[in-house]
Amino acid sequence: MRPFIYTRANSPSFAVQTFPSGSAGPDVESPGQYLAGGTNLIDLMKIDVLRPQHVIDINALASSPLGIISTNAQELRLGALVHMADAADHPEINRAVPVIAQSLRLAASQQLRNMASLGGNVLQRTRCPYYRDVSYSQCNKRRPGSGCAALDGFNRMHAVLGTSDQCIATYPGDFAQALIALDAQVELQGANGTRAISVGALHRRPGDRPDLETTLAPGEMITAFVIKPAPWMRRSLYLKIRDRGSYEFALASAAVAMDLEDGRVREARIALGGVATVPWRAQAAEALLRDQLFSEANAQAAADAAFAGARTREHNAFKVELGKRTLKRALTEVAAMEA
Amino acid sequence: MSAAAPQPLANMGAPEPRMDGRAKVTGEARYPSDMPVSNPAFAFLVTSAIAKGRINAIDQMRARAVPGVLDIFTHENTGDLKEIKFASGGAGASTSIQQLGPEVFHDGQIIAMVVADTFEAAREAAYALKVDYAEAPAAPSFDSPGVETEDVTQLHDSAKDIPSVGDVEAALAGADVVVDAQYGTPTQHHNPIELFTTTCVWNGDRLTVHEPSQFMYGLKNNVARKLDVGPEQVRTISHFVGGAFGSKAQLTPRTGLVAFAARKLHRPVKLVATRDQGFTIATYRAETRHRIRLGARRDGKLVGYEHEGFEITSRPDKYFVAGVEDAARLYAYGAVKTKVNIVHADRNTPGFMRSPPVVPYIYAIETAMDELAAKLGMDPVEFRRVNDTTTDPISGKPYSSRSLMQCYDQAAAAFRWMARDPHPGSMRDGDWLIGWGCATAVYPTHFGSATARVRLLANGDVRVQTAAHDLGTGAYTVIGQMAAERLGVPFSAVKTELGDSELPPASVAGGSNTTASCCSAVMKACHAIRAKLFHAAATANEGPLAGQQISGLTLRDGKVAAEGAEEPLAETFKRLGVGAIEEYAESAPPGAPADAIASLYAGKPTLSGGAHGKKLMYAFGAEFVEVRVHKDTCEIRVPRAVGAFAGGRIMNTRTAHSQLMGGMIWGISSALHEATEIDPVRARYVNDNLADYLVPVNADVQAVDVILVPEVDPDVNPAGVKGLGELGNVGTAAAVSNAVYHATGRRIRQLPIRLEKLL
Ligand SMILES: Cc1cc2nc3c(=O)[nH]c(=O)nc-3n(C[C@H](O)[C@H](O)[C@H](O)COP(=O)(O)OP(=O)(O)OC[C@H]3O[C@@H](n4cnc5c(N)ncnc54)[C@H](O)[C@@H]3O)c2cc1C
Ligand code: SF4
Repeated sequence: MRPFIYTRANSPSFAVQTFPSGSAGPDVESPGQYLAGGTNLIDLMKIDVLRPQHVIDINALASSPLGIISTNAQELRLGALVHMADAADHPEINRAVPVIAQSLRLAASQQLRNMASLGGNVLQRTRCPYYRDVSYSQCNKRRPGSGCAALDGFNRMHAVLGTSDQCIATYPGDFAQALIALDAQVELQGANGTRAISVGALHRRPGDRPDLETTLAPGEMITAFVIKPAPWMRRSLYLKIRDRGSYEFALASAAVAMDLEDGRVREARIALGGVATVPWRAQAAEALLRDQLFSEANAQAAADAAFAGARTREHNAFKVELGKRTLKRALTEVAAMEA
Repeated sequence: MSAAAPQPLANMGAPEPRMDGRAKVTGEARYPSDMPVSNPAFAFLVTSAIAKGRINAIDQMRARAVPGVLDIFTHENTGDLKEIKFASGGAGASTSIQQLGPEVFHDGQIIAMVVADTFEAAREAAYALKVDYAEAPAAPSFDSPGVETEDVTQLHDSAKDIPSVGDVEAALAGADVVVDAQYGTPTQHHNPIELFTTTCVWNGDRLTVHEPSQFMYGLKNNVARKLDVGPEQVRTISHFVGGAFGSKAQLTPRTGLVAFAARKLHRPVKLVATRDQGFTIATYRAETRHRIRLGARRDGKLVGYEHEGFEITSRPDKYFVAGVEDAARLYAYGAVKTKVNIVHADRNTPGFMRSPPVVPYIYAIETAMDELAAKLGMDPVEFRRVNDTTTDPISGKPYSSRSLMQCYDQAAAAFRWMARDPHPGSMRDGDWLIGWGCATAVYPTHFGSATARVRLLANGDVRVQTAAHDLGTGAYTVIGQMAAERLGVPFSAVKTELGDSELPPASVAGGSNTTASCCSAVMKACHAIRAKLFHAAATANEGPLAGQQISGLTLRDGKVAAEGAEEPLAETFKRLGVGAIEEYAESAPPGAPADAIASLYAGKPTLSGGAHGKKLMYAFGAEFVEVRVHKDTCEIRVPRAVGAFAGGRIMNTRTAHSQLMGGMIWGISSALHEATEIDPVRARYVNDNLADYLVPVNADVQAVDVILVPEVDPDVNPAGVKGLGELGNVGTAAAVSNAVYHATGRRIRQLPIRLEKLL
C-alpha cells in the first residue's frame, strides 16, 4: 500500500472542502477517495488498483441524516451511510418496497452487508479480473488507452448490454438496479452546493472513456437516495441468478415492479443486472408490457426486447438466453405476487 | 450423541473430541506464520506477469527507494541456490522450475522477492518493481498449438504396467450395449485457508523453518539440499496446518529463497504469500480428458472397458496421476485396456490434490457406468451389484476386504432410493426438476513407513511423539487414542506431539496413510512398553500377578490386569525400579526395502497398498445425491446427499465423519463450482481469488449424511485401518452429474456443470 493522507470528516461540508481539488471524482486516477465501509475501496488499494493520495473517512457522518432511513407518505429516504444490512432488514422497506430489501439481502455476505454503505454500494467498481489485477497491462478502465484484455480473454462474467469496443466490464452491484427501476433520485453535495439527479443518470456507459464511471463532479458526495411512493412498489421483486446459493455476484438479475389491475399491466418497471456495463433500465421491454394483459407471451416478448441490442463474446453468449429467462421468470413471479 | 459424533458400531473407536480443538477455536493454536521470532523482516513475492518468455531487465530504482526496503532478490543474486530434482512423491521438489529467471516458464513464476522492515513496505516496493519482458506466445492447455503429448508408459517405471487384460476390441464388438464417450475435468486449486507461508531463522549455521507442511522430514532434507547444508543443520516445525490437501507435501521454490534471504540479511525473514500467488507458486489439480468405451451384455454383465486419459503438465516435469490403475479394478469388467498420456503446456507443474488419481478417473468411469445402466434400462445400483467383484479383474488377486455393496445398500435405504422414478425429467417439485444419482467412492489403502516414541509414566500419563502432521484431520487425536487404548489409560492422560523434525519421522501425509502408518508405529512402541510391564509383573516373586502367563495379561484402567487379578501401574513401575518407560518403534510396510526407515530419515517415504501387494487393498463407499434444477433459469442446487463408507477400523467416529462429510462437500464443489479459468490468449489463471474461484458456501450445503459401515480387515496393516481422508470426495462429482442427467435428461460430460450448459 502506498502512503496516503487520512482525514476524518466531521461534517459533509468539511468532507467536500477537504477533497483534493482538480480531481476526477471516484475514477481510477482520482487523487481523493471517500471512505465509507471500505469493503471496496480498501480492497482496491491493497491490490494497487486505486492509489488515492488523500482518503477522507466519512463514517463519522453516520450520526447526521447520512446515516438514517426515513419513511413517510411522501418519500422513502435512505442516507448514503446506511448499512446495507440495516436497509435489508428494515420492516417497512420489506413491506412497502420488497425489491429494495431483496436486492440488498441477496448481495455480498452478512458480514459485508454489516460494514458496507448504500452510497459505497452504488459506486462499487467492476469485478472484471483484468481490472483488479495490475499485472495485466491491458485495461482501458484502469489505464486509459492500454486496450482491453477481456475482449479476447476469459469473459464469462462480462456484460452483453451497453458495451463498447473499449470495455465490456459488468456493473456488479444489485441495489442500483432496484433504485433505477423505481426512478429513485440521488442527492449530492459538492463544492458548489447540493443537487439531485436520477440514479439512472449516475453511471456512464464505457463508450470510449471506460475510465470515467459516473457523472459525479470531482469531490461530489452522495448524501441520500430518495424514492417517491408509486403504485408498483409493493408488487416488486429482485431475482438474482448465480452459480452458488449465496455470496456471489449475479450472472443475470432482474429488478421488476408492476402495477397490475385485473390482469392488465398499468405500469411495469424493469432493470437488469449482471448483464450490462451499468445498472440497466429496460424501457423497451417495459413499453411492451404497459397497458397489455399480462401473459407469458408478453413476458417473453419483453424479455426478447430487453436483449435485442446484446453483443456477446466467447464465454458470455449464454447471458443473453439466461438474461431473458431471468427476466421472464421475474415478471411471471411478480405478476403472481399478492400485493 | 450428535450426528457429528456418531455412535461407534463394531470395530469403531469413541468419538473423542479433537485434542487441539479448544486451542484452535480460541485462537491459541499457533500456525507456522504465528510463531514468534525476534525482529523479523518481511518478504513479498513478485511473480511473472507473462506465461512464457524472458526477463530483459528489472528496474529496481523506485522499489529500492521505498523506505524500509532491505534487499531485493532476483535471478541475478540468488545463483547459489541449488536446483533440486522434481519428484512426484514427497521426496523432492514440487517443480524443477526453480530459478527466478531470466527464463519464464509459466504464469506467476516467482521472479523476485522484496524484503523490508514491514510487510507494507515490501508490498509497496514489489508493486514498484518494473519488469521488462520479452513475451513469447504460450500454450495454456489441451488444443493449444504447441503442446506436446507423451504416452506415460514410455516415461516412467511406475507407469509401465498400466492395467490391461484380454482383448477389448473383440469384447466390445460382441457387447450388446456400448457407451463410447468423452469426459473432461477442469484445473482446480487446493486453496487451503492457511496461505503458503515460510519463516526462516538462522542461529549460526543452524536453520529453523516454520512452514505448514505435510512432510516434516521431506521439507527438512530438501531445504538442506537446496541450500547445500547438512540436514542435521535444519529443523522444520509445523504444529498445525490450516489445510493442505496435497499442496504442502513437497518443497516449493519459495522456501529456499526465504532461507537464503534470512542468511544474507542476518535476520529472520517471514513470507506470507498472497492468495493469488498461491495459484502459481505451489501445485494444482491438472485438467484431464478421458475417452471411455464400456460394453455390457443385455443382462448387465460388463464385457469390456477401455479408458484413455490425458493430463496436463508443465513443460519440463512429467507429473501424472494415471488413475486408471484404480479405475480398472473397480468392477468385473471382462477385458480391460488403458492408456494415459501427458500433455506438456506452458504451465506450472501440477501436483497432488486430495485423492489425486481417483478423482478425475473415477468421475469418468462412474459417469460412464451410469450412462450404460441407463442404456440397459437397469437400476444403477443393481448394475453395480451385477458387476461387483471380490478379485482384481486384472491380476486375479483377491481384495483384502470389499464392502461396496453393503455401502450401496445402506446408503440407498437412507436415501430412499426405492422411491426413484427412473425416467429422466419425471420427478418435479413445482418449477424445480428433481434428479437422483449415485456413484461409487474408492480409495487405495496406503501403509507407509513411520516411527514413534511413546513414554508412559508411573502415574499413567502418556506422551506420544512422531513427526506426523495434523492437517485439521484429527491426527493428534486418533494417534493419541491408539496409545490410550494400548496402554489402558484414559484418553485424557495422553498428550500427542507432532509436526517437528526433532521428533521421530513419519511418512508424508499423503495417500491417506497417516492414521494407518502412525497408529501402527505407536502400537508397536506400546507393545514394547506392555512387554516390559508384563514381564515385570509376571516374573515378580510376589504380587497379585506373580506367576501369571504373560499372554494372559493386559493393561486397563491404569492397571496391569489378568483374569481376576490386577495391580496398579505404579506397583509394576516400582518392581522395574523406573519412573518412566519410553519406547521408540519403527514400522515399515511389508515388502519395504531394508533401508526404508533410513530413507525416511533422509526424507524418502515408502508407501505400499492399493493394487501393489499380495491382496488388493481399497476402501469403498457409495454416494447418493439429489439435485434440483430450475426449469427455466437452470440453477443447480443440492438439497441432500447421503454417503456410506467402509474403512476397516474407524479410530474415531467423529473425526471419520468429519473427513467424509467434508469430502462429500468438496465433491459437490468439484461437480458444480470449482474450476480455475485460464486466459486462452495469455495462458494465465484469471479467477485466482476466493471470490471468483467458487467453492460452496453454507447455502450450497444442506443435508449431508454420512453412514459408517462396520468392516474388519486385519490384512491392511497392524492397526487394521484404511485411510478415509481421501475417500469422501471420490465419486461425488459423478453422483451429481448422474443426478443432473436424471433431472434433465441432459448428460454433461465436462465439469463443472454450470447452468449455461443446461440452458
Ligand atoms: C466478496 C464480495 C462479494 C460481494 N458481493 C456483492 C454482491 O453480490 N452484490 C453487491 O451489490 N455487492 C457485492 N459486493 C460489494 C459490496 O456490496 C461493496 O463493496 C459495498 O457495498 C461497498 O460499500 P462501502 O461502504 O464498503 O464502500 P467503500 O469501499 O467505502 O467505497 C466504495 C467507493 O465509493 C466511494 N464512496 C463511498 N461512499 C460515498 C459517498 N457517500 N459519496 C461519494 N462516494 C462514496 C468511495 O470513495 C469508493 O470509491 C461484494 C463485495 C465483496 C468483497
Ligand atoms: S472489460 Fe473493461 S475493466 Fe475489464 S479489462 Fe476490459 S477495459 Fe478493463
